[in-house]
Amino acid sequence: MTSVAICDYGAGNVRSVAVAFRRLGAELVDDPAGADLTVLPGVGSAASAMAGLRERGVDETLRDRFAAGRPILGICLGLQLALDETEEDGGVRGLGLLPGRAVRLRAGRVPRIGWAPVEPGRETFYFAHSYAAETPAATAHSEGLVAAAADGSFLGVQFHPEKSGAAGARFLQECLSRA
Amino acid sequence: MPLPRLIPCLDVARGRVVKGVRFAGLREVGDPVELGAGYSDAGADELVFLDVKATADGRPLLLELVAGVADRLAIPFTVGGGVRGVVDAEALLLAGADKVAVNTAAIERPALVSELAARLGSQAVVLAIDAAGGEVYARAGSACTGRGAVEWAQEGEARGAGEILLTSIDADGTRNGYDLELTAAVAAAVSVPVIASGGAGEARHVAEALGVAQAALLASIVHENPARLAALRAELRGLGVPLRDAA
Repeated sequence: MTSVAICDYGAGNVRSVAVAFRRLGAELVDDPAGADLTVLPGVGSAASAMAGLRERGVDETLRDRFAAGRPILGICLGLQLALDETEEDGGVRGLGLLPGRAVRLRAGRVPRIGWAPVEPGRETFYFAHSYAAETPAATAHSEGLVAAAADGSFLGVQFHPEKSGAAGARFLQECLSRA
Repeated sequence: MPLPRLIPCLDVARGRVVKGVRFAGLREVGDPVELGAGYSDAGADELVFLDVKATADGRPLLLELVAGVADRLAIPFTVGGGVRGVVDAEALLLAGADKVAVNTAAIERPALVSELAARLGSQAVVLAIDAAGGEVYARAGSACTGRGAVEWAQEGEARGAGEILLTSIDADGTRNGYDLELTAAVAAAVSVPVIASGGAGEARHVAEALGVAQAALLASIVHENPARLAALRAELRGLGVPLRDAA
């Protein structure tokens, strides 16, 4: 059984992420350093999320884990926090696991909320964001925006797999089988 | 732009789905988790649960409902009714809701919208507006505020609301179609997504609403019946509305 740790740093709807992994048969553990897969979820503001990570020492745990080549999955704000920086909240330094920065969406309605196709692949996922990554590590796009980025053992997605129905479950299953 | 969204709305009271005309003669019609799951299977893009009683002694049941829905479903959902401060909203999100909707409490104290957005992020804050004759009504449509709906939507956006859920009291329950004029005016005045609500009687009405808004709230047209949602989706596809493939 694959063990999954979800970084809880006092932000947002962590419950849905836990439920989604439990549904797939993963064992939820409270050990972000030692779990087979560690998940950095996140909604809300970048500044308070980053402060929460630092307060609890999760930032160091994640950097060590990344250096050791152990899998980390970042979701939504979790992807943006892994970058060098984000322009949200007047500029916030990120974890620096991925090169690049998160920038405010400038086209369309913001927040960008709803289901949108992700390329490559034929799946449609649920998005809810006002910022998006600009990174050379992008591996998938949605309507021209970075939908996924990966470097070393870190994979980040801008969409919410835990809220993306059957397509989301397929994605998370793949993350589990790779971990 | 993301795909247009269909959002069934479930009225709940004391943890059960209820049916009634504007609070009068509420009658229990089912279990919210079961009905929500039925809608999810039928292809709902999101769900809205509206606590139409929103009494203090009903809060624990609402939180239990939210947790039950989050444990069972893998689509986003909004909860509205009785959110008066950040503490109420955070409790709902911790229980598993993705967004909270505020209406009367925000009219009485607009700073509530700013506080919620600062703490939860704009993507989690829906400003619900009930309007008739272009003016905003509070207390489930019973109290005219004298404020223009367009102007209130703009203030809500400026304060950090991430979506506007616009219900036309004039159109609500008529089944003659959404109030396209009002919806288009609000959608043109804000840059956040707008959810049209009130008046849907047939698929064509929903298609029209999705021409001016980013999502359509579905209440009496789906009639607490997931099979009706599945049929509606098929009809909308036939009308050329690009809905997601939920399989």
